[in-house]
Amino acid sequence: MAAKNLPPTYDNIAQHEVFPETNHDERARYNFLANLNKHLAHVSQGNALAFKQRVQPKFKEEHGRDFENKDELGEAMAKDQHYQTWSALRRCTMEMRQQAGRSLTYRQGAELKQKVDKLNQGKSTLILNDDVSPPPYLLAVDNHIMPGSYHTELFEGDVCNAANYDGGLFVTTAGLLGKYSDGGGKAISQWVRDNHPEFKPKRILDIGCGMGHNTLPIAKMFPDAEVVGIDTGRPMLRYGHARAIALGYDNVTFQQVEASKMPFEADSFDWIQTTMFLHETGGKSIYNIMNEIFRCLKPGGLTMHIEQPQYTDEMTMYEKWIRDWDAYNNSEPYWSKMHDIDPKELMIKVGFNGEDYMQIGAQAINDLDDGTQKANEPEDHGRSPIWNVFGAWKK
Amino acid sequence: MEDNPIDYIGIAGNKPKGKRPYFFDDPAVERVLNITMAIGMELAVARERVDTLERLLEDKGVLTREEIENYTPSSKGIEQERQQWHSEYISRIMRVIQQSMEELENPDKTLQEIADDIDKM
Repeated sequence: MAAKNLPPTYDNIAQHEVFPETNHDERARYNFLANLNKHLAHVSQGNALAFKQRVQPKFKEEHGRDFENKDELGEAMAKDQHYQTWSALRRCTMEMRQQAGRSLTYRQGAELKQKVDKLNQGKSTLILNDDVSPPPYLLAVDNHIMPGSYHTELFEGDVCNAANYDGGLFVTTAGLLGKYSDGGGKAISQWVRDNHPEFKPKRILDIGCGMGHNTLPIAKMFPDAEVVGIDTGRPMLRYGHARAIALGYDNVTFQQVEASKMPFEADSFDWIQTTMFLHETGGKSIYNIMNEIFRCLKPGGLTMHIEQPQYTDEMTMYEKWIRDWDAYNNSEPYWSKMHDIDPKELMIKVGFNGEDYMQIGAQAINDLDDGTQKANEPEDHGRSPIWNVFGAWKK
Repeated sequence: MEDNPIDYIGIAGNKPKGKRPYFFDDPAVERVLNITMAIGMELAVARERVDTLERLLEDKGVLTREEIENYTPSSKGIEQERQQWHSEYISRIMRVIQQSMEELENPDKTLQEIADDIDKM
């Protein structure tokens, strides 16, 4: 009996000129971790069972009532042995993933820098700015428990964490984002093309572009557009730019810009995109960023934001609580707070019209999907490539 | 071994910002779990390497270090066999968790209780 839904091996990941080299054991380590991530998605199903079978009944018996809020529920679940075991294993797996990626990238740190510098040299499409610092919300935490986050350079010209991110996404998602980990960018550009064939954006902005993995599919779908990716992480920008050049793109500029203080003129972009970015910002910044988006967007322009699934009234308290696991234990703390904001209200507040607001569901377009990956997979909360997308046209 | 000025081994294991969450009542248990899982991973790595060696020996009868380093599965079939091995291996080391989930689904009597039952049978 063959195991179901085996993840693709790491050999299937797309290589390019600045991609970190891996030896045999490093690839094997990633294969183990991708499989372990997949296995733990199944183990996570025991949490719901433990909740229903013993945690909730015990609480009701002791208190004569059900849970009143997520904190109460979380406190009771934290004492459950299955939840403890799954959580400890998941945290452990993420730490092993970081260690595996950082050991292979930092051992070739000097070579990676050289390769990146060679491709970036003399290019006007990489614009770094010493006056732009990472915002406080990024300095407060190492997102996805990647030590040093997106901005730290352990030596001059260090791009290791960007290279670590490039290879690691494939492992964390068990290949579900495709061989370039670009399933999100592909999904949104396809949606725009299919649903608004008349829309011909000339200038496109991708905020929080990181290493540009979701920016490039947009640039590919709209090759005549000028695409600008902004981020504050210099390693990400340098690596992302070199990666784009290596993959043959000449219409993407990578620029060091802080999203709440954009140096762009008013009404200067036809489309402004964010992909898995807003939940890594902060409670005040998200309004400032959305204000800037409204200012920089041309009348008739489009803005779309790919995010984690929205919490709905139909969702049980348990589901809302388990969906917050990554926020606290995979260091994406704002994710837990962003749910308190209604995205429609956020957009109306900065100037969009309520009737121009839209919300769609999206799923990664995965070029590694050979039809064997679909059957009976449990939803891995926070990891499944199924998203909520919200946005609006600026009238 | 060429000289690498970057302490990549130390850097690889750095702690991210924020107090590390521990989930077990006794953090020592969790530390042992973390070490055990790392050993488990390294066994998987060693096993995959042996698999590579065996396949290369079988295929060619000649072996070079470079061949091992550059080996990638040459067919979807081999790829699946290797992934299947990972899947089985993980299930093997996760046995205790599988059993506790099964017990959650089907609560069972203790052997003492069963002994008492049998005593009356």
